[in-house]
Amino acid sequence: MVIACPKVSSAALLCLMITYGPACAADALTIASFGGQYTASQKKSQYEPFTASTGVTIKSVDYNGGLAELTAQVRSGTVSWDVVDVELQDLDRGCADGLFEKIDPAQLPAGSDGVPAIKDFVTGSLHECGVGTVIWSNVLAFSDPAFPDAKPSRIEDFFDLERFPGRRGLPKRPHAILEWALMADGVAPSEVYGVLATPEGLDRAFAKLDTIKYHAVFWETGAQMIQLLADGEVALSAAYNGRVQSAISDDAKPLKIIWDRQIWNADYYAVVAGTQAKNTAFDFVRFATGTVPLAEQTKYIAYGPARRSSQPLIAPAIAATLPTAPANFNNALAFDAAWWTAHGDAINERYAAWLVQ
Amino acid sequence: MNAVSPSRAGWALVLPLVAFIVIAFLAPIATMLLRSVHDPEIADLMPRTRQTLARWDGIGVPQMATEAVTADLREASATNQIGRLAQRLNRERNGLRVLIDVTARHLEREPDTKLSRIDPGWSDPALWQILARVTSPWTGQHLLNALDLTVTPDGAMVRQEEARRLYVDLFLRTAWVAALVTLICALLGYPYAYAYAMAAAGPSLRALLLFLVLLPFWTSLLVRATAWIVLLQRRGVINEGLLAAGLIGETGRLDLIYNMTGTIIVMVHVLLPFFVLPLYSVMAGLPTSYVRASASLGAHPVRTFARVYLPLTYPGVAAGGLLVFILSLGYYVTPALVGGRTGQLISNQIAFHMQRSLNWGLAAALGTLLLLAVLLLALTLPRLAERGGLRA
Repeated sequence: MVIACPKVSSAALLCLMITYGPACAADALTIASFGGQYTASQKKSQYEPFTASTGVTIKSVDYNGGLAELTAQVRSGTVSWDVVDVELQDLDRGCADGLFEKIDPAQLPAGSDGVPAIKDFVTGSLHECGVGTVIWSNVLAFSDPAFPDAKPSRIEDFFDLERFPGRRGLPKRPHAILEWALMADGVAPSEVYGVLATPEGLDRAFAKLDTIKYHAVFWETGAQMIQLLADGEVALSAAYNGRVQSAISDDAKPLKIIWDRQIWNADYYAVVAGTQAKNTAFDFVRFATGTVPLAEQTKYIAYGPARRSSQPLIAPAIAATLPTAPANFNNALAFDAAWWTAHGDAINERYAAWLVQ
Repeated sequence: MNAVSPSRAGWALVLPLVAFIVIAFLAPIATMLLRSVHDPEIADLMPRTRQTLARWDGIGVPQMATEAVTADLREASATNQIGRLAQRLNRERNGLRVLIDVTARHLEREPDTKLSRIDPGWSDPALWQILARVTSPWTGQHLLNALDLTVTPDGAMVRQEEARRLYVDLFLRTAWVAALVTLICALLGYPYAYAYAMAAAGPSLRALLLFLVLLPFWTSLLVRATAWIVLLQRRGVINEGLLAAGLIGETGRLDLIYNMTGTIIVMVHVLLPFFVLPLYSVMAGLPTSYVRASASLGAHPVRTFARVYLPLTYPGVAAGGLLVFILSLGYYVTPALVGGRTGQLISNQIAFHMQRSLNWGLAAALGTLLLLAVLLLALTLPRLAERGGLRA
């Protein structure tokens, strides 16, 4: 089909008349995700096999997280994204705001080993508005040549400019950064969110960040982050583990991951409320979160699958690079999306202000 | 072209243009202006509360309004709007998101519980004052916030707490960057336009100069920014060159990008044609006889330039300068790509509130202030320039 499928019903009729195709609305899906290596992994393991088996073409759109665009689409009634890849904090919020269709986990296929979906998905990766796909992690990564002698290995080293000189890469959003600042300041991982909830704790986190503020370069997207590290523009950066791993294994960049106190999070597929292609969108979600596509995805990006039944299908060499590998997962902290939903607004704004002040 | 009296057919011809301007230009600006002072989101989500609190005297806890709030919250839960309401109220006071979520969930289970028994937060008179203020659809709050001011629950206007003060500084920074970029464009652009105008004799040189000034126009903004990153970064072409030439040491690499310097360099590059082209068109139209007359009367070339040529080109300088200055005020993509932390301008904050914090009211208020500043400049500067003798 050549003609892009319009989402207005009268136009859909026209579209039917022109193409003579059955159920025009379901011939194409638009899926929004985070771009770069990550979207590439979804294309190879999920979009392309789905197109091959159903004939539905998939248009891939990049976005950078957050609910702004989605909110605008849903509230104005001009929904152009059918499925979105979202992080838990956005899923929680968007679900409460009515931006996503509800998904019944009983409708999801069982794992390839026969275990029903409800038991197959790891805890927390099934949500009333979304289905978990990958476990990814906020880690620190460094450029190996930037530290010829001692290598940084702990969260504390990120804030230690004396022993580990060099510029730091920080994201333009505060997630995981504030947690690390407190941990580096001596707060135990289990107490981080409790301390961060107090005004003194928050001040303490920002005071710790102040110590590296004038040595920091700020990035917006995962692709920028990798570029800064690869160009030697920053020596040590907050990072997403999968993108760093891809740069190491696919592009032979001299980067290293620090797994110490990684903060792991999950991504989900959610169906946008009011999409014209709702059934096809659900079909896609069911397909893409199956045992095999999730296992396949690990070949292209080092994020762990949300299904337990996918684990045995992963080659050992790849499994060792995932955040969920036992050696990496040692003292991992779970990203507390509910906490961020409750406190995020004020903190995001303060972080944005801190950044430009 | 001769002036033709507009016939009906003539008007019909410009109608598409008028419609385009209204739809693509005037309507969005009007919406933005309105949004900066009109925020009916909470009023729409809490219609009963709004009605009741409009009659409230503002003292203590209004018992009469608790039922209205209960009914509004129940309805918002039923229509899936509770998250939106909680988020919007949380902006007025941090912590209200949790209060609204908890209360709404409780009401779903036990619809008739009294609010004060669900959460003691509802017994706080300050909360009700906030509710009374925000359920009114007209608000000056966003404009105040855009000026780093805020209103306390009892109605006094005070400065924002220090950690949240940034917009006034950013407006000033933006104006400073715009002025600096304009000045650099003038210093670089004037000789360039002069050379271009004087190169009338050599058509190939002239074509080359025109090509060079137009080249940036034909290249995507993103490509240009990326090219500058390659040149300016710490391991970029310039730093490596300086290092190889022994002018700097390994530790002395220059920070030319991801800061204010980067923003200014790239903005000058992008905006230079906007200075050169209007200036050139003025220079090209100048009769050479004035300069010759001055020379034949015995004036030194420097004097001829300063007293005759330069004043004649003032209109071009003013036009180019104003264009560059106003474009700089709204610059957004370039600072976002190469500005790092210190090179961010006010437009980046507007984008942040549009795309991230979803605080469209504040984004509109910041946009309104920026628009006012530009209008003021566009209206006053040409007049000042005229009065100051900057005329042909």
